[in-house]
Amino acid sequence: MNSKYLPLLATIVIFILAYAVCAVQYPSMLSTRVVGNLLTDNAFLGIAAVGMTFVILSGGIDLSIGSVIAFTGVFLAVLLRDTSIHPLLAFVIVLIITTAFGAGMGAIIHFLKMPAFIVTLAGMFLARGIAFVLSIDSIPIEHPFYSQLSDLYFLLPGGGRLTLIGAVMLVVFAAGILLAHRTRFGANVYALGGGEHTAQLMGVPVSRTIILIYALSGFLAGLSGIVFSLYTSAGYSLATVGVELDAIAAVVIGGTLLTGGAGFVGGTLIGILIQGLIQTYITFDGTLSSWWTKILIGFLLFAFILLQKGLLVLSRFNRRYA
Amino acid sequence: MNSSTKALLIRLAPQLAALAVVLLLNFTMFPQFFHIEVQNGRLYGSLIDVLNRGAPVALLSIGMTLVIATKGIDLSVGAVIAICGAVAAASTVSGNSLALTLAWAIGVGLACGLWNGFLVAVLDIQPIIATLVLMVAGRGIAQLITEGAIMTFNDEGLIFFGSGSFLGLPMPVVIWLLVALAVLFVVRRTALGMLVEAIGINRRASTLSGIQTPVLLIAAYVLSGLCAAIAGIIVAADIKGADANNAGLWLELDAILAVVVGGNSLLGGRFSIVGSLIGAMVIQAVNTGILLSGFPPEFNLVIKAVIVIAILVIQSPAVQSAASFLSRRRADAQGARKEQVQ
Repeated sequence: MNSKYLPLLATIVIFILAYAVCAVQYPSMLSTRVVGNLLTDNAFLGIAAVGMTFVILSGGIDLSIGSVIAFTGVFLAVLLRDTSIHPLLAFVIVLIITTAFGAGMGAIIHFLKMPAFIVTLAGMFLARGIAFVLSIDSIPIEHPFYSQLSDLYFLLPGGGRLTLIGAVMLVVFAAGILLAHRTRFGANVYALGGGEHTAQLMGVPVSRTIILIYALSGFLAGLSGIVFSLYTSAGYSLATVGVELDAIAAVVIGGTLLTGGAGFVGGTLIGILIQGLIQTYITFDGTLSSWWTKILIGFLLFAFILLQKGLLVLSRFNRRYA
Repeated sequence: MNSSTKALLIRLAPQLAALAVVLLLNFTMFPQFFHIEVQNGRLYGSLIDVLNRGAPVALLSIGMTLVIATKGIDLSVGAVIAICGAVAAASTVSGNSLALTLAWAIGVGLACGLWNGFLVAVLDIQPIIATLVLMVAGRGIAQLITEGAIMTFNDEGLIFFGSGSFLGLPMPVVIWLLVALAVLFVVRRTALGMLVEAIGINRRASTLSGIQTPVLLIAAYVLSGLCAAIAGIIVAADIKGADANNAGLWLELDAILAVVVGGNSLLGGRFSIVGSLIGAMVIQAVNTGILLSGFPPEFNLVIKAVIVIAILVIQSPAVQSAASFLSRRRADAQGARKEQVQ
C-alpha cells in the first residue's frame, strides 16, 4: 500500500463513517433530496476549492478567492442592472476579468519573487475593495434568464434534484481531475510543488506554469462567483467572507499536502462534502448551534495536518531503514 | 546625537516620511487635524484619536513583528481577540473580580499562543497552517463562550481599559506604549532579539550553534497571544461587550500590514518593533483620514491594497537587486569619470 493514498483513504473512511452515523440517527439523510441539496449548497465552495487545490499542489496559496467571488457577484449585479447585455455575455466578461486578475497575481509572485501569501492578501483587499466601490448594498438580480437557469434541474430517483449549479461543480471536479492527472500542465504543477528549482532543472516552464495556476484559480473563483450569484440571485460585497479558509480546509481534509507536490483533486470533493455533512447534521439536529461547524472543521484540519506530519516522518523512517 | 540613535533614525526614515506625508495630507484636508485640547483632564483631538483607535493594531503588531522575525506568521490573532474578549465578558458577567477577569483573559491568550507555538516549534508545522487551525476554530470557540449573542457588561473597572484615561492620555494608548516599552527593553537590552533574528535567518544553523530554538519560537507565539489578549480586553471594554463575530475581524491582516509597512521583511530576520508601531499609526492615520475627508469608507480597502502593493514592489527581492545593480553601475560610471579627469 502506497502511503501516498493514505490521507485520501482516511478522508473517504471518515466521510463514509460520518455519513453512516448521520444516517443511523436520521434515516432521511439517505434520501436523494439531501444528497442533491448537499451538492447544490456547496457548489460555489467546491468550484473555488478545485482552483485552490491546484494552487496548493504547486506549493502556493491563494487568499483572494472569497473576495473575487464577492466581486464577481456585485459586478454581475451592477452590469445586469445598468446595462441590457445578456447574462451570458456578462459571464464571459467577468470570467476574463477574474482570470486576468489571477494571472496578474501569478506574474507578481513569480517575477517579483514575493511570497504568494502576501501577494494574494493584497489581491484580497483589492478585489473586496473594488466590490465595495461598485456597491455597498445587496443588489438583487432579476433577469428572466437567471430564474430560468436557477429552475433547471435533473430529477434524481427518490425526488432529489441535481440542480444546474450542483452539476457544474461535478463537471468542474471531473475536468480538474483530468487536468491534474492526465495532462502535461498537471504534471508540471506537481513538479513545481516538489520544488521550484528541481522543476526548473527538469525542464518545467516555471514562469508560464505559475502564472497559469493563478489564472486558473482566478477563473474558477469567477465561475464560483457566477454560481454563487445564481444560488442567491443577488450580488453583495460583504458576501463569502472567509470562503478561502473553508476552501483551504477542504483541500487539506481532502488529503493534499500543504507543502505542495502531493494530493488529489478528487479528495477535495470529499473534503467539501464532509464540511457540508457537518452543516447538514447540525441543521437536522436543530439544538446544536452553527458555530460547532467551525470548531469541528478546525479540529478536522488539525487532525489531518497531524496525520500528514506522521506519514512524512514514517516515510522518512522507512527510507532510512529500508 | 549618539550613533545608535542616528542609525535608528536612518533605518526608520522611510516609515517616518510615510507617516509625515499621511499626517500632512490629513492636515490639508482637515485643518483642525493637529488641534489638541484638554477637556475634563484628558487630551482630545484627531491626533490623539489616531493613537487611541490604533491601539489594537499597534499591540498586535508588537507580537507579530517577533513572530515574523522568526520567519513565521500568526493568522490567529484576530480570533484570539474574539476569544479573550468573550472570556473577559463572561467572567465579569458571572461576577468575578476585575483581577480575576483580567487573569482569565490573559491566561487564555497565553494558552492560545502556547498552542500555536507548540504546533510550530514541536510538531514542526508551517506557521501559516498551524495558526490557521485556531483562526478557523477560534471564532467558533468565542461564540461558544458568548452563546452566540453579543455579551454586554457594565463593570466600571473593565470599561476603564477601553475608555478611561491616565495622565491625560486615553488608557489604550497608555497600555500599548507600556507593552511596547517592556518588549523593546526585553529584546534589545538582552540578546533575545538577536537570537530571534538568528532563528529567522537560519533556524537550523541557530539550533546547531546552541540557541534554544524551540523555546524562543514558542515564546514568540506566546507573546503574540499575550498581545492579542490585551487587545481583546481593550476592544471588548471599548464597546462594553464581546462580539464573537466581529471583534478583531481582519485585524490579523492589519497587523501583518503594519509590520510590512514598518519595513520588516516577511522572510524573517532583522526586525524593528518601533518601525511596526509607526506602520500601525500610518494605517490608522489613513483610516482616520479617509473618514475625516468624507470620502466614502468603501475606498478604504482599495487604498490599503494599493499601499500594500506599492510597498511589496519596493521591498521585493527582484526590484531591490535591480536597484542595487543600477546604483552600482552609476557608482562605477562616476568612478570611471574621476579616473578620466585625473
